[in-house]
Amino acid sequence: MKYVLKRVLAGLATMLIVSFLTFAAFSLISGDAATAMLGTSATPERLAALRAELGLDRPLPVRYGEWLAGFFTGDLGVSTSYRQPVWDILAPKFRLTLCLSLLSFLLIGLVSIPLGLLSAGRQRLEGARTALNQLGMAVPPFFTGILLSWVFGVGLKWFTPGQFPDGRKDFAGAAAYLLFAAVALSIPRIAMTARMLRSTVQEELGRDYVRTAISRGSDRRTVLRRHVLKNALPPVVTFLAQTMAEIVAGSIVVEQVFVIPGLGQMLVTSISNRDYPVVQAIVVILALWVVLAGTAADLINARIDPRLRLGGAS
Amino acid sequence: MRKRNGFLTAGLVLTCLLAALILLGFFWTPWDPNAMAAGPKFDGPSLAHWMGTDNFGRDIFSRVLKGAGATASIALATLAIGAVCGCLIGALTGYFGGPVDEGLMRLNDALTAFPSILLALVVISILEPGKKRNVIIALGLVFIPSFARVTRTAFASLRDVNYVKSARLLGASSARILAVHMLPNILPVLLPALTIGFNNAVLAEASMSFLGIGVTPPDASLGYMLSEAQGMLFAAPWYAGGTGLVIVLLVFSVGLLGEGLRRRDKGVL
Repeated sequence: MKYVLKRVLAGLATMLIVSFLTFAAFSLISGDAATAMLGTSATPERLAALRAELGLDRPLPVRYGEWLAGFFTGDLGVSTSYRQPVWDILAPKFRLTLCLSLLSFLLIGLVSIPLGLLSAGRQRLEGARTALNQLGMAVPPFFTGILLSWVFGVGLKWFTPGQFPDGRKDFAGAAAYLLFAAVALSIPRIAMTARMLRSTVQEELGRDYVRTAISRGSDRRTVLRRHVLKNALPPVVTFLAQTMAEIVAGSIVVEQVFVIPGLGQMLVTSISNRDYPVVQAIVVILALWVVLAGTAADLINARIDPRLRLGGAS
Repeated sequence: MRKRNGFLTAGLVLTCLLAALILLGFFWTPWDPNAMAAGPKFDGPSLAHWMGTDNFGRDIFSRVLKGAGATASIALATLAIGAVCGCLIGALTGYFGGPVDEGLMRLNDALTAFPSILLALVVISILEPGKKRNVIIALGLVFIPSFARVTRTAFASLRDVNYVKSARLLGASSARILAVHMLPNILPVLLPALTIGFNNAVLAEASMSFLGIGVTPPDASLGYMLSEAQGMLFAAPWYAGGTGLVIVLLVFSVGLLGEGLRRRDKGVL
């Protein structure tokens, strides 16, 4: 229990630090926001007036405090290019990206875990399998995405690339569309996770307790499930948390390929528009996501392996 | 008897072939990559145009060669920043230890938890998007932590090894010990890390350019070309195919090389 509390507090502290660093970094340059909105020919008086309106003329810690308070009440400021509250713009996009990420995560787990377990400890065709694995890691999601839209979109006409169906009117269509994007996003991570699981299980299989269990007559399957999996799991859980983070980053690119109006696409547009309130909000949301996944992984691991509760203080 | 390391051989051969081709592309390409109407518009792959032509009738193979050159050189520059700074930090913290080590590694843990593309996007949006130099700086900065972590562990494990102690007793300076005695011995760890870093850099640069916030024309990289190709998917699917294939081939070859290096070190063949 003490460990859980400690871990949650550490996670909260990390979130605070990350959000402050993001805020400070964007504040350094957001003097440009006023110039970006009015153009370089604006008079100093008008610039100063707009900065006051946007609240850019007050000290950094004060602004951070206000921004943080706003964050918890759902007020993320106003977009400089859309002139709309950031949260109103982001909420529907956030849901979409969340769906895409969870779908990819499910796919990665369902495919890579059986694949990794099955391949561990078997030597047949090991070279060919490793080569295939390397190939899987080498295919960037945006290329898979383009290939998928060519084969299934242009060729087979299963979906129309570039036209994301409205989820409320055409739920099945939207889900199928997201599934294609999720497949593109998952392939390299499936290869990585399977490889990681395989090498972890392989290492465990070489340990003395496995030999003891097998020499006492347990069959390989039982040993794998009852003993090895429990020991091999914690590093894999940590890796899956990292995967969760990578998926969100990958969705930025995949959303662009499939023209899905999610957070990632918004981030790219906002970076090009120099719309810092939006960029900052998205970055902080994604950062929170990463920290949350990491904290969850640590808590799950502490549940699986009680030794970690004593050793790992951080 | 030594068993053959197929991965190392295959990786070396493929990587060298690709490197030679890319180097050649800097000096000579079958067609002028920017010449309009080098052939008919939207012409499929043929003997004259190996990867076909695009909407202006430009030769795609020549353009892909140039693009691969841009991608590879950006990846190498990024790798140089990441590896040199990372190694320096790793060497100093790993060798000397102490509270600085402790603090830096905490920061490192926090940074490596974040996906590199996300960090690079943040850095590039603070600098200015669309410039080659800024892309290199952003990606280079982002790759420092992972190198620092890998090399720190390696340097720390050699800190109390006998030959290091002897060198210290003989009065060798810390700099000499680090560079002459320890660095060669961490190469088995460093080399595979470099191949992985190179691949990550290629993929990250390609992603950023694909998004349109990495490198933009005139020095177009493979990522930018792929995003251009996506718009012509109906008319010229070979454009996307050829460009993507080169990225896959590049990352795959260097990946095999890394796998081979790792196996040589571990003795698993």
